[in-house]
Amino acid sequence: MKTSIRFSAVMFWFGMAFLYLPMLSLIIYSFNESRLVTVWAGWSTKWYGELFRDEGLMSAVWRSLEVAFWSANTAVLLGIMASVALTRFGKFRGRSMLHSLVAAPLVMPDVIIGLSLLLLFVSMTDVIGWPEQRGLMTIWVAHATFCTAYATVVISSRLKELDRSYLEAAMDLGATPLKAFIQVTLPIIMPALVSAWLLSFTLSLDDVVIASFVSGPGSTTLPIEVFSSVRLGVSPKINALATIIILIVSLVTLAVWWLSRRKLQREKLAK
Amino acid sequence: MNKLIERLKLSTEHGKKWVIAVPTLWLVLFFALPFLIVLKIAFAEAEIAIPPYTALLSMADQAFDLHVYFGNFIFLTEDDLYLTAYLNSLEMAAISTFFCLLIGYPMAYFIARAKPSTQSILLLLILLPSWTSFLIRIYAWIGILKSNGVLNNVLMWTGVINEPLAILNTNIAVYIGIVYAYLPFMVLPLYSNLVKHDYSLIEASQDLGARRLQSFWHITFPLSRNGIVAGSMLVFIPVVGEYVIPELLGGTNSIVIGKVLWQEFFNNRDWPLASALALIMLLILMVPIHFFRKHQEKEWESDK
Repeated sequence: MKTSIRFSAVMFWFGMAFLYLPMLSLIIYSFNESRLVTVWAGWSTKWYGELFRDEGLMSAVWRSLEVAFWSANTAVLLGIMASVALTRFGKFRGRSMLHSLVAAPLVMPDVIIGLSLLLLFVSMTDVIGWPEQRGLMTIWVAHATFCTAYATVVISSRLKELDRSYLEAAMDLGATPLKAFIQVTLPIIMPALVSAWLLSFTLSLDDVVIASFVSGPGSTTLPIEVFSSVRLGVSPKINALATIIILIVSLVTLAVWWLSRRKLQREKLAK
Repeated sequence: MNKLIERLKLSTEHGKKWVIAVPTLWLVLFFALPFLIVLKIAFAEAEIAIPPYTALLSMADQAFDLHVYFGNFIFLTEDDLYLTAYLNSLEMAAISTFFCLLIGYPMAYFIARAKPSTQSILLLLILLPSWTSFLIRIYAWIGILKSNGVLNNVLMWTGVINEPLAILNTNIAVYIGIVYAYLPFMVLPLYSNLVKHDYSLIEASQDLGARRLQSFWHITFPLSRNGIVAGSMLVFIPVVGEYVIPELLGGTNSIVIGKVLWQEFFNNRDWPLASALALIMLLILMVPIHFFRKHQEKEWESDK
């Protein structure tokens, strides 16, 4: 018994070190005075100042946040519908197609999604004149599409284990299915909706390949900007940006974890 | 009253249709339909124009003229580069999947066996890195792996090596990057499988005299097959088309299909050839994707 547990524990902490080492090195070197990333020249916060003065990078940040916000909203909305259809409606025509349409984007390589969507947009412009040009709108459509698949997985796994008797009780009391869904089901699956939204938001914020294909002039998102600057060479500004991102993500994660734990404890007390 | 119920039923039926139709239409339009267009353009000829390819169907002398061009596919067989790229990508995906499984399985096992209250925080720790920018985390490896980077400095300082190891711009760096980026995708499905196992089976086998390792190989491992399949597919399929990691960590001689497609599209602006490359990649991935989809469907139905 002992040996196997010990082996998995060693592998676990090895894996953890592997996952966190690069992030640690990013954070440490973001405070490095020297322009050369590998030479330590003392503590400094000057790269943070440089980062905020870099207008190109900062406007890319806002653009990316905007696209991610709308992509996440759309993905959660479509994800709710797809999940309800897949978990609640039993058998219907097109069910197996919807299954495939939700499962395939999870594994489809980015280059294929990006290329095929670009070709679609070009053809659409040809035939119906929309989209007039590629930009934030086309990136939003692309991101919403693949995020919908992830949102559906998260939401439907929660919907599946939901106790249906609440819903039936509400409908017995005269609520229409829609009203029952909004007033009973939605509040219960809210945590799943929040995590589906956050997942979609970060996926959109992270994508460089698909966005490169479907973006147009003047719609450079943050990952595209970072990718081109990384290819040109290592810049300590990117380290500063990384540190800020890591900080924000950690705080949000911690807050969500703490809130859900408190809720769990309250429920335990209530029982 | 009966009428009211009828109306209510009707509107519910109506609403149901909408709930099915909206996501289906969106995904058909923006996910499935584009593949047909890739198919179309793969059989078009490259042209210096906007858009840079010839029309498949054109009107000439008041008659439709169907112009199907196989040149892109013939070209792909003529140059060894493309075959090499496909084979390299498949090899890269297979090896990375193996290493993800090797590291990810014990990690998932450890989490699944931990106290229920600590499980959620351990999972969170696995997921946290994947919520910060993927690009920036790959970029961090450049700083670690390069010849005057963190790893070489530490190894030289401790006296393990005398000369810096050349890791960056080799296949090893690409493997490190891929395993690093895709590890959570392996751990999560394995965990959600392992955590459902009935521990009394193990106890029963041990009561019957099985050693720890024996009961692992004969009970836990076979029972976790679904998790292994799901995790492996989530790593293997996207890695075949991976572009960013080989581009940043691999050298110019790491030729994979994602990179070749990108170069044909962005550098050579040969959209039809890029489409042909994507089409063949899609055909290769058809089998594993089908496998994955079947598996997902089973998961969806199973614990209802």
